[in-house]
Amino acid sequence: MTRFARVAWLVMRKDLTVEARSRELLLTTLFFAVSTVLVFAFGFVRDGRAVEDAAAGILWIAIAFAGTLALGRTFERERYHDVLHALLLAPVDRPAIYVGKLLGIVALMTTVELVVVPLVALLFQAGLFRYPLHVAALLGLGTTGFAAVGTLFAAMLVRARSRDVLLPVLLYPVTIPVIIAGVRGTAALLQPEADLAMAGAWIGMLVFFDVVFITLSLWTFEPVMTE
Amino acid sequence: MHMRRLMLILTLAIVATCVVASGGDVQAAASSAAQPAQQDEFVPIDELPPGDRLPAAPLLVAAYAFAWLAVFGYLWSIWRRLAKVEQELADVARRAAER
Amino acid sequence: MTQRLFLPVIAVAMLLFAGAPVLIAWAPYESTMGLVQKIFYFHVPSWVMMFLSAFVCGVGSAIYLFKGRAAADRVAVAAAELAVVFGLIGLVTGPLWARKAWGVWWQWDARLTMALVLWMIFVAYLLLREYGGPGSEKLAAGVALFGMANVPFVYWSVNVWRTIHPTTNVVPTLVPGMRGALWWSLVAFLLLFTAAMMARVRLEGQRAALDQVYRDLDD
Repeated sequence: MTRFARVAWLVMRKDLTVEARSRELLLTTLFFAVSTVLVFAFGFVRDGRAVEDAAAGILWIAIAFAGTLALGRTFERERYHDVLHALLLAPVDRPAIYVGKLLGIVALMTTVELVVVPLVALLFQAGLFRYPLHVAALLGLGTTGFAAVGTLFAAMLVRARSRDVLLPVLLYPVTIPVIIAGVRGTAALLQPEADLAMAGAWIGMLVFFDVVFITLSLWTFEPVMTE
Repeated sequence: MHMRRLMLILTLAIVATCVVASGGDVQAAASSAAQPAQQDEFVPIDELPPGDRLPAAPLLVAAYAFAWLAVFGYLWSIWRRLAKVEQELADVARRAAER
Repeated sequence: MTQRLFLPVIAVAMLLFAGAPVLIAWAPYESTMGLVQKIFYFHVPSWVMMFLSAFVCGVGSAIYLFKGRAAADRVAVAAAELAVVFGLIGLVTGPLWARKAWGVWWQWDARLTMALVLWMIFVAYLLLREYGGPGSEKLAAGVALFGMANVPFVYWSVNVWRTIHPTTNVVPTLVPGMRGALWWSLVAFLLLFTAAMMARVRLEGQRAALDQVYRDLDD
């Protein structure tokens, strides 16, 4: 078990070190998320104010789009230098590699959210900081669920053709529950009378989703990555 | 040979179903004409505002036509793909034997 | 074995399929929705078949992924294609019914949304197999597995999402005459599914055989 955790930690540290040197992924993904928010603002702002529930939707769409981009780019980088191949040849548990990659993606997406969430709160007068713990739980669990499925799909698509377009095509239908839970849970908190019970129900579903899909990914990673 | 028979059966079935379906449509139209009396428990169609009134028959015919087309189109596509692959298999086997 | 069974199965399926319109025409006239309710007799069986195909595809993919049986993969791809075909029938006939019954082509009802999401997962599965290049069978099997695991989550979440904005549900309770026609259609669709599965699995088997022949020639 300690060996497993150590491998996962090392894989994540490798990713974060590479990223810290160039900051390529972080900056491009971040700016992409901000652009998405801007584009959606033109669609959902009427008379200077956002339409009802728009802030929650815009926030989660920006996260999903930016996350897809980050996933694709992360594994593209691995492909250029054949790093993933080398990792898979290493005499370590394959699931540990998956967990390491997942942690790296979650760290990256969380950093992006640290900028995007205040930005959405500011631009759309959304009370995202009224219930910081609930919002943080929704974001953390939602990001983990999205990244859990996304890391597996992006990793297995490294070998596939037309992977740039196949990743969102495969990922969005499967992560629909995460998007619904994130949007509806956030919207419940943003109402004038916040519906904490509803937000709690969505948080519960996200916990369940994360547990099921991380378990399934750990099982599937090995056979899917073996050529 | 097997495929040839399948094609024949499919063609016959299509013809048969077309005949039966046209008969069925007549019966459907007849039953719809014969039974408007049952509707008095609910709002009769002709008391609805004109905007809500929609002819049902074209929708029904479209739905069934689509279902038939999809099923037979798909079966036909399997048959065509299978014929192509079996043709290629036979060609390759013949060429291998000639060598 | 399957080859000998194929002809009787397709013949009976065709007979039942041909007979269905007669039975449907004889079925009692539904008083609220009128004639358009008769779409129901093909609409419901096609969705039942899609869920059956989805289930077969999920199980086949799991067996292929964890046991490495090539035959299971052939069953899975055949089932995925059938899921898309039957789902398409359901997706087209549904709005034609809804236009008359609900006045709109589409409603974001829980059941409709779930069926659409599941259908999209199988379209994605086929896209991956078609354009993913060599080795995409395994990746597609993973996608099918994830799609299966996703069904309860999608169902729960769209259900809760929609109960915030409740809608009326217009599914009629069936009188016996309607039940007969529905069962007839269901059996016809089931046999059609079986026959198409046999043919499609055979196609995949022949393709594998062809690949094997080419590989042997190369050696």
